[in-house]
Amino acid sequence: MLDLGCGDGELLADLVAKNNVTACGIDIDEQAIYKCVARGLSVFQQDIDTGLSEYSDQYFDYVILKQSLQQIQKPDFIMREATRVGKKLIVSLPNFAHYTARFKILFRGRAPVTTTLPYEWYNTPNIHFLSIIDFIEFCEMKKFRIEKSLFIRNNRAVKILPNFFAETAIFLLSKHQIKGT
Amino acid sequence: MAESNTSVGVVKTKYFTFAKPPNELPLESGEAFGPITLAYETYGTLNNQRSNAVLVLHALSGDSHAAGYHEGDQHPGWWDAMIGPGKALDTEKYFVICSNVLGGCTGSTGPSSVNPKTKKPYGLDFPLITIKDMVDAQWQMIDHLGIENLLTVIGGSMGGMQVLQNMFSYPDRIQSAIPIATALKHSPQQIAFDEVGRQAILADPNWDDGDYYGHAFPDKGLSVARMVGHITYMSDTSMPEKFGRRVKENQQPFKFSPNFEVEGYLQYRGDNFVKRFDANSYLYITKAIDAFNLLNGTSVQNVFKHLRAKVLVIAFKSDWLYPAYQSHEIVKACKFSHVDATYCEVNSTYGHDAFLLEVEEETHLIKHFLRTVSKDRKL
Repeated sequence: MLDLGCGDGELLADLVAKNNVTACGIDIDEQAIYKCVARGLSVFQQDIDTGLSEYSDQYFDYVILKQSLQQIQKPDFIMREATRVGKKLIVSLPNFAHYTARFKILFRGRAPVTTTLPYEWYNTPNIHFLSIIDFIEFCEMKKFRIEKSLFIRNNRAVKILPNFFAETAIFLLSKHQIKGT
Repeated sequence: MAESNTSVGVVKTKYFTFAKPPNELPLESGEAFGPITLAYETYGTLNNQRSNAVLVLHALSGDSHAAGYHEGDQHPGWWDAMIGPGKALDTEKYFVICSNVLGGCTGSTGPSSVNPKTKKPYGLDFPLITIKDMVDAQWQMIDHLGIENLLTVIGGSMGGMQVLQNMFSYPDRIQSAIPIATALKHSPQQIAFDEVGRQAILADPNWDDGDYYGHAFPDKGLSVARMVGHITYMSDTSMPEKFGRRVKENQQPFKFSPNFEVEGYLQYRGDNFVKRFDANSYLYITKAIDAFNLLNGTSVQNVFKHLRAKVLVIAFKSDWLYPAYQSHEIVKACKFSHVDATYCEVNSTYGHDAFLLEVEEETHLIKHFLRTVSKDRKL
């Protein structure tokens, strides 16, 4: 398992402890690396945008992009690489079209600061602003197959109008297999 | 003297002699060489399973005295901040070994040692040696200590090259490896600085084709070599912090005596170095470093294909002598071979010297890394 943008390694450590998986992480932040090493994790201090070219095809069972895709320079390139080196890719994203964000723009005329988008405009690490619909459309266009999706608000699944009500979306993706190849 | 309970206290250097004719050590050059003596020190206790041994590998000017104090000495070993009870290499858990390299001048056989055939120092009769020869010699010592597997091999700079050589040549005998501020191969810039140092020694009239033992030593040449070296160990951030443009207090009447503190510092470092280091050893060891190229005859994809050890690679941001990109190459090689590795680039302003100075960060990384390795290996 490979976690791209693993942060302090909380998720990875949990997965390793509970599921006995072999895992490694990548993060650009030096302090995050120290925390991961203290948890006994194997991690690389690296810019995800520099790629995963050293890994062979389908080497990992799962590649994780947890709340990091919107911070990556070239999301389509990284997703292509992630679905090459991993059999499955798990992506989680903050939904920029969540209703609280919409109201902040629409009625208060302010750049949205919400629980899942906690940053001010001047200190946000997010460089792409996308909604659930945007991402689904992007996957279709770039030929990523969405195998499962889950939409969440306050730790509960959202069934109705996820693009409006969900704060976070989680997708299980794989490379689109074109028939006959 | 040993002042606190974090010191290993007073230590003694030990010696191991091997490769006596006709069983000389085969060198990479094709020559066979012996007898060889290695000076080494050990700290802590080897456990019953003989599974807690850590081999520390020193840099160009280091020696076997890595920690603790020699009887009557004021200064501790060169990596005392990292080795001792409760430290990164915790001597209450690990059995730490450090030996002076083959070709060295502090107890191990080198060009200043007496050639048993001629009863005179080898000088230039000493064979050209490589990093691999140093590592091969160390394994004879490890075998002598009855240790089959090392828990880790660790070292910075040239010590890091020996770590990498171990990863390549002895993959089955190491549980983990920690190469710090080092490179898979020496770059033209690194070779260039070493060559300036060597030329300074060769230009000293006292050098006398390496046959200076017993009369005047090429101190000026060796001192200049060390001065060049020291510039490359610092950084453009650390030097202004350390010296600024401050002038020396005791100015000499001579027009070209040092005015600035940085000049005085370099001269002081150079002058001190010649008291403890042999000029011929400097020539031989820098040649070995320059020749180092682990990718000679293999590729970054395959160099660690037999390695199953866990690896921790450490680099330092301001290190321009061994820039972080060289550590990225090591990390790449590990990834290609699916080696379980970790990489950290410590934000330091000290330059290459950081591997001796950034104790807090290194301690954190190494302590936790070794704890994980020990747990994995059920130590």
